[in-house]
Amino acid sequence: MSASGQDRAKSTRPVVLDRAGLEGLIAALAAEGREVIGPVRRDGAIVHEPISGVDDLPRGWVDEQSGGQYRLRREGEALFGITHGPQGWKRILHPPKETLWSVETGAAPKITAPPPDDTRRAFLGVRPCDLAAIAIQDKVFLDGPFRDPRYGSRRENLFLVAVNCTRSAATCFCTSMGTRPEAGAGYDIVLTELEGETFLASSGSVAGQDILAALPTRPADDMHLASAEAGIERAADQQRHLDIDGLPDLLKSNPDHPRWDEVASRCLNCANCTMVCPTCFCTTLDEVSTLDGTGAAREQRWASCFTTEFSHVHGGAVRPGARARYRQWMTHKLATWVDQFDTLGCTGCGRCISWCPVGIDITQEAAMIRGEGGER
Amino acid sequence: MKPRLGVFKFSSCDGCQLSLLDCEDELLAIADAIDIAYFPEATRKDDVGHYDIAFVEGSVTTAHEAELIQDIRARSSALITLGACATSGGIQALKNGADTAEFIATVYAHPDYISTLDTATPISDHVTVDFELRGCPISKHQLLELVAATLAGRAPQTPAHATCIECKLAGHVCVMVAGGQPCLGPVTHAGCGALCPGFARGCYGCFGPKETPNTAALSARLAANGTARRDIGRLFSTFNTNAPAFRAEAKAHD
Ligand code: SF4
Ligand code: SF4
Ligand code: SF4
Ligand code: SF4
Repeated sequence: MSASGQDRAKSTRPVVLDRAGLEGLIAALAAEGREVIGPVRRDGAIVHEPISGVDDLPRGWVDEQSGGQYRLRREGEALFGITHGPQGWKRILHPPKETLWSVETGAAPKITAPPPDDTRRAFLGVRPCDLAAIAIQDKVFLDGPFRDPRYGSRRENLFLVAVNCTRSAATCFCTSMGTRPEAGAGYDIVLTELEGETFLASSGSVAGQDILAALPTRPADDMHLASAEAGIERAADQQRHLDIDGLPDLLKSNPDHPRWDEVASRCLNCANCTMVCPTCFCTTLDEVSTLDGTGAAREQRWASCFTTEFSHVHGGAVRPGARARYRQWMTHKLATWVDQFDTLGCTGCGRCISWCPVGIDITQEAAMIRGEGGER
Repeated sequence: MKPRLGVFKFSSCDGCQLSLLDCEDELLAIADAIDIAYFPEATRKDDVGHYDIAFVEGSVTTAHEAELIQDIRARSSALITLGACATSGGIQALKNGADTAEFIATVYAHPDYISTLDTATPISDHVTVDFELRGCPISKHQLLELVAATLAGRAPQTPAHATCIECKLAGHVCVMVAGGQPCLGPVTHAGCGALCPGFARGCYGCFGPKETPNTAALSARLAANGTARRDIGRLFSTFNTNAPAFRAEAKAHD
């Protein structure tokens, strides 16, 4: 749902949707003039791309994730057996590169800003962790004194179909972060996949309710509800753990812990963790100009606290190496984010663990700062 | 008055200079903004006088080149190196530390015709360099940015961070994490737009070491993923073999 649609949300009694119903859902969203984007298998991973029907979904595939490793393999018949891929929905809502404005010089200089992106989109298959990440980025981009109109326009034109997880990757820890494999709020429709291409479905907004009402469904019985609940519980049981009790204070009061040096010896400061993190929001601005000097533009690009440029001030970088950079990253996600946005900056999706080329694990590093955990 | 440009070649393959000619769509705009006063690949004009900008391609591998670079430096306001050879020594720097006489005897029918130094060295070992553009070859996009920035009097946007950032910006799936392939992206200077991972290949390190490269940690992971010790050494022994961070890592895998 759009960032402001929450108050009109109505939850309805869950219904059961079969494959034809899911096909109908995709068609109905497309009929509203929406670009429907869902999980698609490409280059050995799950990426988010436009889909035109159920056949585009990665049916019968699951993902194996561990520190620095991600593999897809065949298992079962589920349409949403995979958890999540390298990049979240941030890639669409907060794109890697955007031109903010450009200028043409001359007698009457002209400044133009590209119009906000008002493409109507529907995301299908948003995992609960990624739904939570969108809520966090909403706070970052929309709630402060400076609202980002580009992000805002994309959000207002968005329809969200969440899919609860009935299977977790070994790198997932959303339950520790209070997110859980079950979507909380913020969706228009939420699905839980049951056996044999059937889904338990409920709406979370008026728009979702309207769409669902027009689809071929049948009322859910207790068996359906119990089966969905069991699947979500199973997913929660498969996860790793991060103890967040008192964690912000712990991190803030341990800037000189020897573990920071240890992690720095392994960290490549390659920035992959920040690129794949669905909540990291930092950007930099590139000033570009044309060869003939008659035009210039200001281009926004994803930035990362793992680069030298990020903390560069007169005389050099404030955070010269991996020790200070990893500490900044983890402390921001798990501590200072609370001061800034009144929420933790981590949803427990585990992407930073899987997609770190050397498999550095935020849950393990936090445990080591706390003084738990054995040797690697 | 348009700035006067000279393009000079030392020991190299010409590929970087050709990137300039490869700017087909922008070449007229470049020629409008810059007086291309000396560029043997494109014009017949002789090398005379002072240059506002000198582009230097190639490394120093002969006594003659060692003298010539001093002369060019003395006649240029801004000296900018193009590519891996000029910036770190290039693939020919593999001979550094080896027996050059033996190489010559093995390769050439008449070794006495060959006059060469024992090393291939970057331009910055010989004269002050104002800016180094990385790559083997350089990226056309970065070359245009360098020219536009130089003309506008601003710093060019050629970030020194990891190729991984460009890889993620482009939306490629990581070939190391999802495919187990060796990739030098995490220690390699950005600039190519993560070309090879976009074709499902690991990065070869054409742009040389990035800022703060942790080559040892990457090597440890490559070994854990099954890359043989000798192959790890070879990964670091290509176009930027003479860059200190890569040379040290190769040596550690001798
Ligand atoms: S923690 Fe991992 S992904 Fe992040 S910068 Fe370090 S090596 Fe790269
Ligand atoms: S810090 Fe890691 S686990 Fe947390 S939201 Fe970001 S990528 Fe996911
Ligand atoms: S962790 Fe780093 S990149 Fe991510 S939001 Fe914080 S400062 Fe920005
Ligand atoms: S494929 Fe290579 S360059 Fe791309 S993210 Fe992975 S390690 Fe980095």
